[in-house]
Amino acid sequence: MSNVLALIEISHRGEIAASSRGLLVAAATLGSPIAVVVSSEPLADDDVARLGELGAARIYSAVTPAAGTVLVAPAVDALSRAVEAYEPAAVLTTNTADGREAAARLAVRTGGSVLADVVQVRTDNGTVVAQHSVFGGAYTVESAVDGGLPILTIRQGAIEGQAPATTADVSTAVMEATTAGAAVIDRFNDDPVVSARPELRSAATVVSGGRGLGSPENFVLVEQLADALGAAIGASRAAVDAGYIAQTAQVGQTGVSVSPQLYVALGISGAIQHRAGMQTAKTIVAINKDEDAPIFDVADFGIVGDIFTVVPKLVEAIKARSN
Amino acid sequence: MKIVVLVKQVPDTAEERKLDLATGQLGRESADNVIDEINERALESALRIKDANKGTEVVAMTMGPDEASQALRKALSMGADSAVHILDDSLEGADTGRTAATLAAALRSTGFDVVLAGNESTDGRAGVVPAMVAEHLQLPLLGSLISAEIADGAVSGVRQGDGGTLNVHAGLPAILTVTERFPEARFPNFKGILTAKRKPVATLSVSALEVPASASRTVVVSTVERPPRAAGRKLIDDGTAANELAEFLVVNRLV
Repeated sequence: MSNVLALIEISHRGEIAASSRGLLVAAATLGSPIAVVVSSEPLADDDVARLGELGAARIYSAVTPAAGTVLVAPAVDALSRAVEAYEPAAVLTTNTADGREAAARLAVRTGGSVLADVVQVRTDNGTVVAQHSVFGGAYTVESAVDGGLPILTIRQGAIEGQAPATTADVSTAVMEATTAGAAVIDRFNDDPVVSARPELRSAATVVSGGRGLGSPENFVLVEQLADALGAAIGASRAAVDAGYIAQTAQVGQTGVSVSPQLYVALGISGAIQHRAGMQTAKTIVAINKDEDAPIFDVADFGIVGDIFTVVPKLVEAIKARSN
Repeated sequence: MKIVVLVKQVPDTAEERKLDLATGQLGRESADNVIDEINERALESALRIKDANKGTEVVAMTMGPDEASQALRKALSMGADSAVHILDDSLEGADTGRTAATLAAALRSTGFDVVLAGNESTDGRAGVVPAMVAEHLQLPLLGSLISAEIADGAVSGVRQGDGGTLNVHAGLPAILTVTERFPEARFPNFKGILTAKRKPVATLSVSALEVPASASRTVVVSTVERPPRAAGRKLIDDGTAANELAEFLVVNRLV
């Protein structure tokens, strides 16, 4: 079976990124998964065991003092060494800023091509085929690489399931710290709030708030419904621009794309740019006081009404039914 | 200081955008084609540096068909000093790798201290071209920034990461990409629109740039349009709508 490299992202605190599960599912679909990990210290036994549980048949552990101090370049160096060593059929990264930049540089360095923002993978007579969800899910496009190494960036939360667990063999390579042609990391600033709510990209239910909330204080209404439903919190760009909530919650054309089982839009008019980030949800519910809001054109269940009276009643009704 | 801002003409995100089902390529006729908003923000940050330091030169560069000259004209009317249009029929349908190799060659011939670009276009959304250009030119990339300080000899900025932000820096020359957290762009004023017509636009062809051919390229295997969503029930709240919705969620096993 062909080797497939998967670049595992590790936070500066040493945590294996949650996206690694989907990445290794995709790798296992295409061949034998080799996890490529860059760290400043040799990997702990726990990390090796964890990556095996997630399906890595082998771990290529690149140890370098540049990890955490030089931006992206150590990952590109590690991947190009692993490409030489394992001659993979494909290389997979996560579609994050780090993952995309590593994939892009690797493509130039190895003479390969990038298939970006991939939501599913398959092989067709030995060719790696990537599926993309384009224009907010309006189109499904499949693409492949003609000549050269396919390098795929996998959309976070898009690929579900779990690769068969293994006990991973570890190969360790010590790399020198090269800073030429790379940016330097001075400091990490962690987001202060660690939420107990599900992660937006992979949540089964998402409750989003828009400009209709009217103020940052009123956004608590979105939180109350989200907690009653066990949902992640999202927002329209209008709500983010108005300062109601952090930009990381933005759903839409230029924010996160979500495909949950249930998407609830509160006080969101549903401009085409917002719909581009949520219209592939299985079920869409909208509450808005404007009867003509375009969000109702895509809603399975719409209520024309005041969110400040409807949502508290809805929270009560859900709590009453779940008791 | 010489700053080159990469701009791309894209279909307006406020309209319905189409793909050609036979080729998987963008249907350029489906929506109005405009300069991508994220590029306007990149240009705005270059123009602010020029506002503060009169010796700054701002060049807008694009690759695209004839019509893309309108995006350059907009950039010139906002305040860019000159423009470069990479125009060549052989670039039709170019993938990210071909695009980046071409831009890198054009940047080499134009010369720069700083390249500013958007973190991702609203049409392709791949977000890989600036990093590919950086690799071709062997330069540092400060990508996905939410703020930046550009000074003589050095750039620093705050990068949006997954669980937080990072402070990063590099020497010049360097490539930076901006996110939506950058300030909105100015509108062209009357004087800007008038003077834009007199500003120089250089046209470059692929043969003039000597872009090496690549053995690797991406190909579209299939393009399928998803059927549009139909609207479902819509209730006017008379005080009972919340209960009906709760019932709907229960029946559909969504709670």
